[in-house]
Amino acid sequence: MTPAAPAIESRATASDQNASHDVLKGAIIYLEGITVSFDGFRALDELDLRIERGELRCIIGPNGAGKSTMMDVITGKTRPDSGLALFDRGTDLFSMSEPEIAMAGIGRKFQKPSVFENLSVAENLELAMRANRGVWSNLFAKMSKEQSDHRDSVLETIGLTAARAMRAGAISHGQKQWLEIGMLLMQEPKVLLVDEPVAGMTHQETERTAELLTSLAGDHTVVVVEHDMEFVRSLARRVTVLHEGRVLAEGNMDFVQNDPRVVEVYLGV
Amino acid sequence: MPRPSFISRLERPDRVVYGALIVIAGMAALLNLVVPEGSAFHMSTFTVTLLGKYACFAMLALSVDLVWGYCGILTLGHGAFFALGGYAMGMHLMRQIGERGVYGNPELPDFMVFLDWQELPWYWWGFSSFPFAMAMVLVVPGLLAFVFGWFAFRSRVNGVYLSIITQAMTYALLLAFFRNEMGFGGNNGLTDFKDLLGFSLQTDGMRVVLLVTSLLALGGAYAICRAVTRSRFGRVVVAIRDAENRSRFLGYRVEHFKVWAFVLSALIAGVAGALYVPQVGIINPGEFAPLNSIELVVWVAIGGRGTLYGAMAGALLVNFSKTYFTGALPDAWLFVLGGLFILGTLFLPRGVVGVFTKEKE
Ligand SMILES: Nc1ncnc2c1ncn2[C@@H]1O[C@H](COP(=O)(O)OP(=O)(O)OP(=O)(O)O)[C@@H](O)[C@H]1O
Ligand SMILES: [Mg+2]
Repeated sequence: MTPAAPAIESRATASDQNASHDVLKGAIIYLEGITVSFDGFRALDELDLRIERGELRCIIGPNGAGKSTMMDVITGKTRPDSGLALFDRGTDLFSMSEPEIAMAGIGRKFQKPSVFENLSVAENLELAMRANRGVWSNLFAKMSKEQSDHRDSVLETIGLTAARAMRAGAISHGQKQWLEIGMLLMQEPKVLLVDEPVAGMTHQETERTAELLTSLAGDHTVVVVEHDMEFVRSLARRVTVLHEGRVLAEGNMDFVQNDPRVVEVYLGV
Repeated sequence: MPRPSFISRLERPDRVVYGALIVIAGMAALLNLVVPEGSAFHMSTFTVTLLGKYACFAMLALSVDLVWGYCGILTLGHGAFFALGGYAMGMHLMRQIGERGVYGNPELPDFMVFLDWQELPWYWWGFSSFPFAMAMVLVVPGLLAFVFGWFAFRSRVNGVYLSIITQAMTYALLLAFFRNEMGFGGNNGLTDFKDLLGFSLQTDGMRVVLLVTSLLALGGAYAICRAVTRSRFGRVVVAIRDAENRSRFLGYRVEHFKVWAFVLSALIAGVAGALYVPQVGIINPGEFAPLNSIELVVWVAIGGRGTLYGAMAGALLVNFSKTYFTGALPDAWLFVLGGLFILGTLFLPRGVVGVFTKEKE
């Protein structure tokens, strides 16, 4: 290593310790006072949230609680009326475009699986691969050995090796959900935002998904939005309950389930 | 509709396309130039020119398929790029006339003399040079497509709104080119061409050369479109077509891909127009007519979109029928076209070529 490298490193650290970014303190995502309103209706209401690095966090809450909207805000799809959102080492998410946020390392799986139906499973992964997104480089792009190995290992992880040449529109619903997760992994993201991964899955598929997400935490930070309580409990991690655009309770599953306010809004759980 | 991943396995259409182009070129040269006129096997020069026109139309259909079939941009204004390429070529051919015009003015084309113009407008400068004119055949449609695409795609104009503004674009050009003050010959357009690169446009030999050049250009355009649609760029473009927002979240700048696909397509359309004009001998504002551009989409729909060869087949099929019906039953043509479109959409959702290719799941 050249002597110059550490100097650059320390300069980077110095700028990161910029006063306004102190709030991060090891968190990878930090939201403060986020408000989003649609025609006067507050989908998010002064929401505060911090996600620690390497964590597997479950976000639950009744329909319309603002879970998807929160993900929209983090990924730049929705611009909030007010609030602060920091990522990683103090990057201000609101100053970035959607593609910039994606490239910075926040990957998202949508509530409705949306794979590219007319491309094959392997091609879907190829497009999601972390690589130059420019027009010209894609015109002449060829997968390197390393890249196709990575793709094959992701195929293995999501259990779709046998289906690699199939049209993505022709695989089962559960397989599409995994393909989406695989597409996230191809981007080598720091954070995976996963919206309702097990909706419509069989019991077995659900178990398989829980294993998959658990195995991903640590190397990645994983944020899961889910209604399926059994699934959330099987992940057995820190749970945040959202209600009317605010955090109602936070803690482990047993803790939040015994919180009277949670019981009140989440009857029958 | 066939999918690109499926096409990538098919080498056969390529062989059919290139084979057909070579056969047509060889037959035309042989049957028109070598076989004597009295023989039953003689191909008339009229047919040669007709084939040349079809080759230009097939190229135009290819350009529409590239943006519509692969990129999902339903353009209803592609005739504009064709016409602009045609005008660039027409301007060169006008300059080639020199003092052989009716008024014998060495400096000005006839229509300018007629309008009492004193000097050549600046935008006609340089068109006497063949290389300059050929550059303009690419630059003008390409630039328009770039500027139009840049504004439309960056502001995320999609679907039917985009179709409408492409119609508006070609309609605006139609109105502009109609005006005498514009300096493009107004209503009458540009015509009475004499020669190209010193060769008279009227000889059989030149007609065959123009046909062969058009076939070469068609083959080249097909090869380029094939390469582009089979590259990762092509897969990104299909991804954008099917799930635009998803592509954006993957980090692709959707508008850049759309703009460049649009520009490439306009370049192909421009070249097609430039080859068309010396063969038909005229270019006028009628080529900008919105209806023309709509017809292009019908060719592609009937042939089968998203396959390239389907678009070419559609252009040939519709134009053969058009030639036949406008001769046999002139009043019926529009009904036939409408009928073809409706029947095609109802019974052949993947177009005529879809009948010959199996769907893969
Ligand atoms: N684009 C929009 N325009 C208007 N209202 C919206 C919009 N997006 C979301 N909302 C509203 O904001 C509220 C929060 O929606 P959000 O999708 O975030 O809920 P959610 O917690 O993800 O619910 P679910 O569990 O049903 O997915 C809902 O009441 C919804 O109707
Ligand atoms: Mg939701």
